[in-house]
Amino acid sequence: MKKRLLTILSVLLTLTIALGGCSGRKAGDSSRITVGIPQDLEDSLDPHKAAAAGTREVLFNVFEGLLKPDVNGDLIPAVAKEYTVSEDGLTYSFILREGVKFHDGSPVTAEDVKYSIEKSAGMTGEESLIAAFSNISRVDKVSDTQVDIVLKENDVDFPAYLASVNAAVIPAANAAPDVTPIGTGPYKYVSRSPQENIIMQRFDDYWGEKAYIKDVEFKVEAGDAMIMDLKGGSIDMCARVSVTQVKQLGDEFDMYEGSMNLVQALYLNNAVKPFDDLKVRQAMCYATDTQEILDLAFDGYGAPIGSSVFPAFGKYFIPELADKYPRDIAKAKELLKEAGYPNGFDMTITVPSNYIPHVDTAQVLVQQLKEVGINATIDQVEWNTWLSDVYAGRKYESTVIGVDASSMTAEALLGRFYSKADNNFTNYSNPEYDKLYEESKVTLDDSKRTELFKAMETLLAEDAANVYIQDMAEFVPMNKKYEGYVFYPLYVQDIARIKLK
Amino acid sequence: MKYIGKKLITMLITVLIVTMLVFLAFRVIPGDPVSNMLGTSYTAEKAARLRTQLGLDRPLPVRYAEWMKDFFFGDMGKSYTYGIPVRPMLAGKVPITVTLTLISFLLVVAISIPLGIYTAKHEDKWYSKAIDVLNQITMAVPPFFAGMIFTYLFGLILKWFRPGGFVNYSIDPVGFVLYLICPSICIALPKAAMTVRLLKSSVLGESRLDYVRTAYSRGNSTNEVLYKHVFRNALIPVITFLGVTLADIVAGSIIVEQVFSIPGLGRLLITSISTRDYPVAQAIIAIIACIVIIINFAVDILYKVIDPRIR
Repeated sequence: MKKRLLTILSVLLTLTIALGGCSGRKAGDSSRITVGIPQDLEDSLDPHKAAAAGTREVLFNVFEGLLKPDVNGDLIPAVAKEYTVSEDGLTYSFILREGVKFHDGSPVTAEDVKYSIEKSAGMTGEESLIAAFSNISRVDKVSDTQVDIVLKENDVDFPAYLASVNAAVIPAANAAPDVTPIGTGPYKYVSRSPQENIIMQRFDDYWGEKAYIKDVEFKVEAGDAMIMDLKGGSIDMCARVSVTQVKQLGDEFDMYEGSMNLVQALYLNNAVKPFDDLKVRQAMCYATDTQEILDLAFDGYGAPIGSSVFPAFGKYFIPELADKYPRDIAKAKELLKEAGYPNGFDMTITVPSNYIPHVDTAQVLVQQLKEVGINATIDQVEWNTWLSDVYAGRKYESTVIGVDASSMTAEALLGRFYSKADNNFTNYSNPEYDKLYEESKVTLDDSKRTELFKAMETLLAEDAANVYIQDMAEFVPMNKKYEGYVFYPLYVQDIARIKLK
Repeated sequence: MKYIGKKLITMLITVLIVTMLVFLAFRVIPGDPVSNMLGTSYTAEKAARLRTQLGLDRPLPVRYAEWMKDFFFGDMGKSYTYGIPVRPMLAGKVPITVTLTLISFLLVVAISIPLGIYTAKHEDKWYSKAIDVLNQITMAVPPFFAGMIFTYLFGLILKWFRPGGFVNYSIDPVGFVLYLICPSICIALPKAAMTVRLLKSSVLGESRLDYVRTAYSRGNSTNEVLYKHVFRNALIPVITFLGVTLADIVAGSIIVEQVFSIPGLGRLLITSISTRDYPVAQAIIAIIACIVIIINFAVDILYKVIDPRIR
């Protein structure tokens, strides 16, 4: 009996394996790299529908817009060779680059560009992910090499949005961009397996500087398994590794150090008591010690910030704001007393449990706040719950999170504090701020706009809108076989620049 | 055949109840797929539009009836997060989890049957007692813990396998099976330990019965009595237990898949629950429920084959 059972089972086993088919991968001379990503692209592969930052950073290798960002975040021409703006600032004329091909071999035409911009802008029925594109009045094909985009209103930031993956140029002939993504980038998409990997291959007809490595696998790997995989050699590199994980890796890897380009803060719901009181918010700022947070939770790494702009934003960033509220227990207590909370109060910090650095930060904050009599408790929630309750529902008191910029525009960071903004999840509201913001929307002069944005940034700090902490440090461990990892001030993984040593 | 018909009806009702519970559970837990899909670009209007698009604004019973109908005809819907049909998505994952389950089960059988008989036969010897102690310890080790220890010891220190070096069966079938061996051992060990103990006590209990004494008095050798009579009878409770174990392994593999980063059904299930990707989660749970029911069904049949007295 036992024998028969065993036979049946082994036959079943063999069948399962055999039925899987055996395509077999040819061994080749070619170069390859496996890049670990902490979560799958739980998204459509249609670039115009890719909402998550994690999806866009991978698709960056496959897709390009008329323009694209370079390593400094500046705009460089991509599918377009050059562009001119009409005097009234409403018409952008793009001259297409010659010889740009899609991954399926077909050339990029003016029709493809018109189709892509219209699709991305939501003019063909789909939802647009770029809010600023609602400003597009029409897209004209002027000739086979020229496409004009006409705006309803002036927008100096407009070219920046064209560099987003969400505005990628894709072939009009592709009927299923969800399943078969075709772009013009240095890598072409080969296949995907949910929760397993995404495979890409070098596009040899790329118009620009071609990629070095031929085969790329983005491997989905969660949490600590990533470190095991790196050590074991089944992953060659991965981005955004925390300080504690770096320590586990030791010096077997080349370690690239950069910053995450986000605004980490204890965000306060400015509409609920007691955070509607400026004095309370200021007291909390005085109660916290950023350097201590960095030392205890981040091993000293990270760049302190004092408002909703991070250092990569260069001309908009005001470093002095980070020192606006040095730790001062006496002052904090006094402010609390003036606000009517001489004995402090109870509060809840809601933190998404999957982001360990934010949880760690919250823990240090609890200790620091306790010293001025504020009794904070941490409520760890699932990411999905955080999105629906805190971000969308605004039903929370405070939360520790990092807010990133979707494009290299000050608008992307500061626009959310406009009192009527859809994404103003902190319910910050100051008529003075609103006035500055509205003015920035209609100002065309760059230096004047910069001044306005800086004024908004300073106002956020003076109002102690949130307890600003830092732009977190990021580490990218890479197998010593490879070199050439580059950081962008945006959420991007540029694999094309990586090569074998 | 009346028996099979009856079983099929039970199966259907079970699937019905399980899926209904899943539907309700998703209703109770906070968060919804729309907020997950929109992420930080969430606005009330966008959410409402998307909800209509996905049909989430319709009443729950309507959605359930529709899903059940489609599922019955083999259409599992379209994943919210991936935007691709669920069926091809799962088709590539089922063989992974099934193979992992079968290898684990084979290991349980291969380890526990000989060891169970051996310890029963040499009940009084010191080494049998030592095995008992070892058994007791193994039983207490949860697979995920064994998994972590194994990964560290055999993966990173001894380098017998590469942690995270999973290869898909469509690329390298041999490498695929080899990679699954270590996780299978982690799943199999505690189950095997329990089976050994059960088989031992079952064999011992059976050996004290009258028919065994009769067999001895007829002059049969120990081995003859043990394998011809005792073993067969002692196997009945063990088969029942193995059936439950197999079902348990299917569920247990979900956790071990996480530890060894095996992209099977389990990993997909966990992420689909956290992203509220209802179509995917519902389909996986329904499939697992079906597998468990089929196993129970097979055990029932086997039971009768082994012991014709049971009718």
